[in-house]
Amino acid sequence: MSAQVQSKRAQLKQAKLTATEERLQGLSLPGGGVWATEARQAALARLREMGLPGRRDEYWKFTRPDTLIQEEVPLAEVFVHDESPVFDGIDRLRIVFVDGVFNAAESDPLDLAGVEIERLSDAAQADIHWAREVFGKLEARGQSPVERPLSSFNTAFAGDGILIRATGRAEKPVSLIYRHESETSDAMLHHVVRLEKGANLTLLENGPAAARLNKVLEVDIADGAAFHHVRAQGRDHQRRAVTHIFARLGADSVFKSFTLTVNGTLTRNECVVEFTGDDGAAHVAGACLGDGDFHHDDTVFITHDAVACESRQVFKKVLRNGATGVFQGKILVQPGAQKTDGYQKSQSLLLDDDSQFLAKPELEIYADDVACSHGSTSGAIDEEGLFYLRSRGIEEGPATDLLTLAFLAEAVEEIEDERLAEEITGRLEGWLARRRG
Amino acid sequence: MLEIKGLKVKLEEEDKEIIKGVDLTVEPGSVHAIMGPNGSGKSTLSYVLSGRPGYVVTDGTATLDGENLLDLEPEERAALGLFLAFQYPVEIPGVGNMTFLRTAVNAQRKARGQEEMNATDFLKLIRAKAKDLKIDAEMLKRPVNVGFSGGEKKRNEILQMAMLEPKMCILDETDSGLDVDAMKLVADGVNALRDTGRGFLVITHYQRLLDHIVPDVVHIMSDGRIVKSGGPELAIEVEKNGYADLMGEVAA
Ligand SMILES: Nc1ncnc2c1ncn2[C@@H]1O[C@H](COP(=O)(O)OP(=O)(O)OP(=O)(O)O)[C@@H](O)[C@H]1O
Ligand SMILES: [Mg+2]
Repeated sequence: MSAQVQSKRAQLKQAKLTATEERLQGLSLPGGGVWATEARQAALARLREMGLPGRRDEYWKFTRPDTLIQEEVPLAEVFVHDESPVFDGIDRLRIVFVDGVFNAAESDPLDLAGVEIERLSDAAQADIHWAREVFGKLEARGQSPVERPLSSFNTAFAGDGILIRATGRAEKPVSLIYRHESETSDAMLHHVVRLEKGANLTLLENGPAAARLNKVLEVDIADGAAFHHVRAQGRDHQRRAVTHIFARLGADSVFKSFTLTVNGTLTRNECVVEFTGDDGAAHVAGACLGDGDFHHDDTVFITHDAVACESRQVFKKVLRNGATGVFQGKILVQPGAQKTDGYQKSQSLLLDDDSQFLAKPELEIYADDVACSHGSTSGAIDEEGLFYLRSRGIEEGPATDLLTLAFLAEAVEEIEDERLAEEITGRLEGWLARRRG
Repeated sequence: MLEIKGLKVKLEEEDKEIIKGVDLTVEPGSVHAIMGPNGSGKSTLSYVLSGRPGYVVTDGTATLDGENLLDLEPEERAALGLFLAFQYPVEIPGVGNMTFLRTAVNAQRKARGQEEMNATDFLKLIRAKAKDLKIDAEMLKRPVNVGFSGGEKKRNEILQMAMLEPKMCILDETDSGLDVDAMKLVADGVNALRDTGRGFLVITHYQRLLDHIVPDVVHIMSDGRIVKSGGPELAIEVEKNGYADLMGEVAA
């Protein structure tokens, strides 16, 4: 590298750091006991070293980070509709946040057999807590080899969130419900989930949360434990969100996460998974439907650092009227991670010529006995299939919807619980039907 | 019922005429067969009647019970009672056969102002029809035509026809790819539907099918035209002597 290039880099970095310091002016860490404060201070130090993302960052090549960072929150109207919320018919423990603030009155009591649930702002007051092993720790591990400064920003400043420790099989899902009521709300939520050996927990999330949301979910999965995650990001058109999931998997453990995204001006969902024990399985999937002013970015990084682990990524995006979809997905296989089975699929269905899908699938492999594959495609509705359906009497609109649902089905099938999968399919059908009016 | 007059069709993409003036009338209750060499335009005719994109009608008309088919969307033609059993049934990954058929049946009922069929009645009906065609329940659950063998695809076409009960059925080489027993099943399926109000247009290369589904009229199509029409004996002649003699006759 020439000295000139290097100094150019240094200049850019310096400019980023200066901008970061400006942004941090006037912000103060939430109060708390020793463990939380230490973790927040460490996160702030990381952030100051990395700097907030800038437009020139390679990792933000397809998505502009500025509106996720700037002090002023872009307005997001509250979307009023009379549809019953997703997961309504599912027996679950409901925990409600309104514009990013826990609402005890609307929530169920935080009691569930086999599970300990606490509010972050309460737990943070203690001087020692089980969460100290996880809070900010998985996020910190996730900063290498790629920096994710917005997650450190979150660890440092998020005052609210939920801490969940599962010691056995949770008898029903824990459900986080995010209401959006103020058109200027700026929410930061940080959740920590720890599954002890052999535990089993399903976490649901739904709702738009706020005009702007920065959310981190750290999930530490001990040997033999299984974590299932299904979320539906809210339908508010102008909302913006950056979310991070950091998952660490022990031996024989399972991590399955599915995300449905419809609408939203800007969504960046990062998912960082690390296998630390043998024979683990991680499935990360997403289905998104975007119409018009919609930019949706799935950024996934899976590190295999153990033997015989299986990872699957299945991402499907339906885009129209100028919507943009982004997929950045990487499988990193460390030396010694033999018998790795890595699979990655990202596909878009472009319903017109104005929409676009930008994909950067990557494999980086340092072991020789592995099976990894990735495929990324962009396509239009299959005309032959459409005519076949229409020739049987199905109108063009519903026929297109059938083919669209069929396209998305592969991602939805990654949800293990059939009732939850049905809930998601119902949402997709509803969205498509409403678009037809 | 089906009345085609002076129909001429060219490709949308290139200036190539495929159907060069076809006249054909199928009366209710009758079975017409079309035979003809490869590439003579048999499938094109069936596609144009059912509204497949990619073709331009340059002249002529086609009506079903007096309604101008050529102005209608494919689904409207289906709702009027037109059905095409495809020469190459299309695979639709991700759409279950059962869901597909139920959607189709109810879409047509809705278009005709009839009540939708409830799930139980539908299940009963499809099970019975599938049994007749020796289509097992597993196949109904699978995505439409995906992983079906050639013969299974053809039987699936006939199952759709049996469920939709169309007025005018066009079968495009439904017999090709079928083993002897399956051919019998399909023929039985078709014969079961034969009645005074229903017309059939059966495209085939083989006389064998016409032993089972005995046609009233046989047409020979060549280079975009119907060059000869006659009774069932015409099919036997084709089987024996091929098309060369017939065409020679026409040219002469
Ligand atoms: N979309 C198309 N593009 C180019 N050529 C076409 C197209 N559709 C039809 N043709 C041509 O039109 C002619 C008639 O084709 P068609 O499929 O109707 O024949 P057919 O009589 O059904 O033949 P076969 O007995 O082989 O099924 C052929 O020469 C074919 O190549
Ligand atoms: Mg043909």
